[in-house]
Amino acid sequence: MRVTVIDYKAGNLTSVLKALRHLGADPVVTDGDLSIVESAERIVLPGVGHFAATERLDSTGLTAAIRAAIARGVPFLGICVGMQWLYSGSTEALQQPGLGHFAEQCTRFTEGTEKIPHVGWNSLEVRSGSRLLQGVEPGEFVYFTHSFKGPVTADAAAITHYIEPFTAAVERGNVMGVQFHPEKSGEAGLKILRNFLAWSSEGAAC
Amino acid sequence: MLTKRIIACLDVHAGRVVKGVQFVDLVDAGDPATQAARHAREGADEIVLLDITATHEGRQTLLDTVRRTARELFVPFCVGGGIRTARDAGQVFEAGADKVSVNSAALADPTLISAIGRSFGAQAVVVAIDARRDPAAADPVREAQVFVQGGRKPAGRRVVEWAREAEERGAGEILLTSMDADGTRAGFDCDLTAAVSEAVSIPVIASGGAGTVAHFADVFARGKADAALAASIFHFGVSSARSLKEELAQAGVPVRLPC
Repeated sequence: MRVTVIDYKAGNLTSVLKALRHLGADPVVTDGDLSIVESAERIVLPGVGHFAATERLDSTGLTAAIRAAIARGVPFLGICVGMQWLYSGSTEALQQPGLGHFAEQCTRFTEGTEKIPHVGWNSLEVRSGSRLLQGVEPGEFVYFTHSFKGPVTADAAAITHYIEPFTAAVERGNVMGVQFHPEKSGEAGLKILRNFLAWSSEGAAC
Repeated sequence: MLTKRIIACLDVHAGRVVKGVQFVDLVDAGDPATQAARHAREGADEIVLLDITATHEGRQTLLDTVRRTARELFVPFCVGGGIRTARDAGQVFEAGADKVSVNSAALADPTLISAIGRSFGAQAVVVAIDARRDPAAADPVREAQVFVQGGRKPAGRRVVEWAREAEERGAGEILLTSMDADGTRAGFDCDLTAAVSEAVSIPVIASGGAGTVAHFADVFARGKADAALAASIFHFGVSSARSLKEELAQAGVPVRLPC
């Protein structure tokens, strides 16, 4: 199965590509070829680092192409900064808008006695009805590394607690995002990627 | 709840896992890819591969080893040893590493930290520090010294101050090895680990001295470590990450036990 992976020059794609191939998918990488996005069957937007790097999605025309693909019903998965980009923006880079699919804004963890960034394996509180997280056990651990996070809203598919509760996975229809790294989260992460690859508009993932 | 990480460390020489006390009397301990997969299966939260050859001729062998090890590994994977430039780091990332650890090259040129971070993100840069207490100082822990060349040569920097600088320059994590404790199996240097962990906001991985499960519990509680490196404790079937973590969980340490 073909999966379009968006490269906006923020970090290394090797691990994501490796996990997708391991699951039998055929990832195609693009850093600006809009025709690949226009014909995409499934889109993954990885990304680490600074939210400002998502500016490249705007300048290359990828933002508009992705917006159109989502409207067409193409399943979309954002990972880490790729998930944060689904919101209206982030306090990490106020001048840089996100896609705005989710109206809220991402913010930094509140300063206190705990360390920031949040790095390591933390557990998921999975909300019922999530198709992306189908079959993921309550309390399952996944790997995080981030300082900014999405707020808990009705679209949250899973919540994690660190300093405060935040959205570990977000999901509305064909648009999904995970703050953690499924490609680095062992069997639990592979299961989530498998669910994404099996997602179809007709019904529940198998 | 965020858990404490148990990191399996593989010292690699010429494409093979080796074990010795302070890099002497090396014993063959297996194939890196097989060992890494086994540790991940047995519950290690992360794998570190340290190339102790780190010679120019060995680079290609290392990249092949990284590629082979990364292929079926779906937990974070860090590679260190001989990374001198952002280009070296790039090759290791391309081969499948998620993080690189830099040590003496970062001391020689601290801008290396930000150079790697700019291209690959801060989370991908681990600064490794080899530390020794300074017995002559008024405060041997706070004034502990950074060493290079396997702990033989002082770098002329204080550990706490260098850890702070590394953080400011964009390091994502600190891997702190106590050269005093390394190889002794008498426990981590908890005072030193706590001093560094309190000085920075990024995670600190404690290394050197692990001999018993109690040593790990101690470095997480008293040493304020976010993660701990286990090398010799895992070799030759002495103990697995799973049994170590089960005992830690019983002792009240939050650890990941996969469902």
